[in-house]
Amino acid sequence: MVHENLADVSDRLIYASILVYALAMLALCAEWAFSSRRFAAEAVEAVPVKALVGAGGPEVAEILPAAPPARERAEKFGRIGLSLAVLGFLLHLGGMACRGLAVDRVPWGNMYEFSSMSALAAMGVFLALTRKYDIRWLGVFVVTPVLLTLGLAVTVLYTDAQQLQPALQSYWLVIHVIAAVTSAGAFTVGAALSILYLVKEHAERTGSATLSRLPAADALDRIAYRVHAFVFPLWTFAVIAGAIWAENAWGRYWGWDPKETWAFITWVVYAAYLHARATAGWKGRRAAAVALTGFGCFLFNYFVVNLVVTGLHSYAGT
Amino acid sequence: MTITDSSVDAAPVPPPIGAVGMARWAWRQLTSMRTALILLFLLALGAIPGSLIPQRGVDPVAVVEFRNRHPELASWYDKASLFEVFSSPWFSAIYLLLMVSLIGCLVPRTRVYLRAVRARPPATPRNLERLPEHRAVTLDPGADADPETALATAAAALRRRRFRVETYEGSISAERGYLRDTGNLVFHLSLVVVLVGIAVGHLYGMRGSALVVEGQGFSNTVTQYDNLRTGPRFDVDDLSPFTLTLKDFQARYEEAGNQRGAAREFEAKVTVIDAPGSPPRADGIRVNHPLNLGGSKVFLGPHGYAPAVTVRDGNGNVVFAGAVPFLPVDPVGLSSRGVVKVPDAAPTQLGFQGFFLPTAAFDLQRGPFSTFPEPRLPRLVLNVWSGDLGLDDGVPQSVYRLDTTDMTQVKESTKADAQPLTQSLAVGDTMTLPGLGSLTFDGYREWVVLQVAEDPGRTPALAGGALALAGLLASLFVRPRRVWVRARRDEAGRTVVEVAALARSEGPDLAADVDGVVEALKSSNSSGSSDSSAATAAAPKE
Ligand code: HEM
Repeated sequence: MVHENLADVSDRLIYASILVYALAMLALCAEWAFSSRRFAAEAVEAVPVKALVGAGGPEVAEILPAAPPARERAEKFGRIGLSLAVLGFLLHLGGMACRGLAVDRVPWGNMYEFSSMSALAAMGVFLALTRKYDIRWLGVFVVTPVLLTLGLAVTVLYTDAQQLQPALQSYWLVIHVIAAVTSAGAFTVGAALSILYLVKEHAERTGSATLSRLPAADALDRIAYRVHAFVFPLWTFAVIAGAIWAENAWGRYWGWDPKETWAFITWVVYAAYLHARATAGWKGRRAAAVALTGFGCFLFNYFVVNLVVTGLHSYAGT
Repeated sequence: MTITDSSVDAAPVPPPIGAVGMARWAWRQLTSMRTALILLFLLALGAIPGSLIPQRGVDPVAVVEFRNRHPELASWYDKASLFEVFSSPWFSAIYLLLMVSLIGCLVPRTRVYLRAVRARPPATPRNLERLPEHRAVTLDPGADADPETALATAAAALRRRRFRVETYEGSISAERGYLRDTGNLVFHLSLVVVLVGIAVGHLYGMRGSALVVEGQGFSNTVTQYDNLRTGPRFDVDDLSPFTLTLKDFQARYEEAGNQRGAAREFEAKVTVIDAPGSPPRADGIRVNHPLNLGGSKVFLGPHGYAPAVTVRDGNGNVVFAGAVPFLPVDPVGLSSRGVVKVPDAAPTQLGFQGFFLPTAAFDLQRGPFSTFPEPRLPRLVLNVWSGDLGLDDGVPQSVYRLDTTDMTQVKESTKADAQPLTQSLAVGDTMTLPGLGSLTFDGYREWVVLQVAEDPGRTPALAGGALALAGLLASLFVRPRRVWVRARRDEAGRTVVEVAALARSEGPDLAADVDGVVEALKSSNSSGSSDSSAATAAAPKE
């Protein structure tokens, strides 16, 4: 039974969230533009970077010298951007909830729904981080992939609200996929942080003033690690839950199906990242590169294996 | 983590001379973190061809097709075991080396760990102000402001914060977070457990499948399987002695929308006899809902149609009657292809090949096809061959393929320009073969593939997985740290207490621990004044 009205509401909410996210992205870009102009004009090195990383917005203002207008404007755009991001997230959440209600099941049963859910998870992870760290500067780098994912979801991957095929009718769908989809979101945020770390680290080494708004490379590396340390056990859980489900559906918990193989590759590469961080000569840049490789494997599994390579896990949903 | 520092930073040194020295050097290299890292990469890299090249264990048909299309390349792939990556010698070598490295690295680490757990928290360093987190408090002179009382207060506060506390001369040393190293060891050990579980499954497990048509039975013995893979240590006499009869296969499909024809529900209704002599009972097998029969699990596999036909030969004798499974070739409409072989027909053997169309339709591009998987307009479209079926050559033949090398196609008539005979039959229709006999389409039944699996390694593997996860959580989220407190009297006779902390992993909130102790000291010395050291200003929020 599919409730067409609710499915319609869901689609509209998703479109609305795309619009609001786009506005959020513009506002957050404006924040970058204004703040970099300001920072180019002033000696930033004087500002204790440690304070910038950890403290909330107001505290930063206390530490910094009298704020010039560009800075105030940047701050305003930043706040607007973050508020819009929250609004977009709520619309997005509402859209997914309606989709679930429309089909009387969890809204993650085909690629359109997986993609929308992982975009939602990426936003969720980012917004949760902003409550703990002062990382509004990360916003652009999360909202952009979220917009791309949602754009792809509503165009290429869109599937009408439908019931599930028998292979997916299992409570393991609820457990396994929510873990995988949340991992996808968190991996995205982790990758964004690792890229920023690499850029910042390069800037610090070459003494360039680009990205002076960002915290020190060390601090970025630490936050990136935190995110990856959060997502690695979750991904481990997703893989184990998937294995249990496979055992229940096909009688074997591991069969080296392409999807399983790439889940394994992704897992091993992220394990290598955690090892690299504890190995002399691999910490820092190389470890970040390993984390990005892991994200590449994850994306490969999601897009290439789902859409191109065939296997038992073909739920692209058309 | 500190207990592994020696292995973590071992820089490559040239190998020493002598066999023993060499061996020791090789072992150290193998069990170093760097080697573990490289092996992990190799493992990931090695798995890639296994996902892109068809694998015999996953999709044997695709392997055969690949071989036909690229015979040259296939022979190279064979040399490198690329059709069986995950059981190839080189892939096994990678993971076995990784396991050896893991065990070689776990044993000494476990030893160090056990020593660390039993040891007292380490002696208080001389210069506490050099530690990353440091505060000094000067207590107001009073009854409870002597150094011993202050230390006792601090120790109590630390114990409340679940630190292990050790008293030294004029100071205390406290530590917590041992669970991190425990978790790390448990995690790595569990990986070994998972691997053992997998090995047990390979050695003592079995997997098989059998195609069963509605109305037919299946008893769990070797001969009834179409496909059976048993582990080297599996005893076929241990197959659990059940019998199943497929009563009915029920399917429901999407009726409308762009997913019309997509599967929605499958159920195989079966009668089960658990062991010879047990009473029959009714049960059902659905996708995701296997049947558990005495250690074996029975899963619902693919399904399809088996048209039932009666064949009479040129002499009018019934030489074949029964349902013949056809294989689906189109997942949407479930058009199915198959053959009927009639070796007993006279004057010549007969072979029919063609399609079963559950809901038949016809257009010029596709010819006959099916628009819906349910039998709403069932048609059997066949052409006919006569001659030698080639069944006596001793070469095994597929029951789904007709070998027409020694056969000729039956024509509509005996005229020279006659077309090959092709007929579309509705249920009850008969096609007549001039001089050779006839075939009557009696009806159709459904078939399912039942997959049976037994895996005694699955519980250990699952337990290993769960343990690994628990260990991982402890290893990543427990934050070990040390706190030291030193109390002494200054020249004025007041008690000065220093509190300092050191993290043993990334990111514990040291300030909170130090603040906690300082608070306890101040509140027990109610009007205490403090001068925080400058080094601790503006602690980061993270
Ligand atoms: C079988 C393959 C292996 C996998 C999948 C694996 C996975 C992991 C993971 C996910 C972590 C992060 C959790 C943590 O920090 O405790 C970790 C940490 C660690 N692993 Fe492994 N590991 C493997 C083999 C090894 C080997 C062979 C060694 C010995 C050289 C080793 C030594 C370590 C050490 C010392 C840590 C702690 C690093 C830290 O302090 O963050 N691992 N491992």
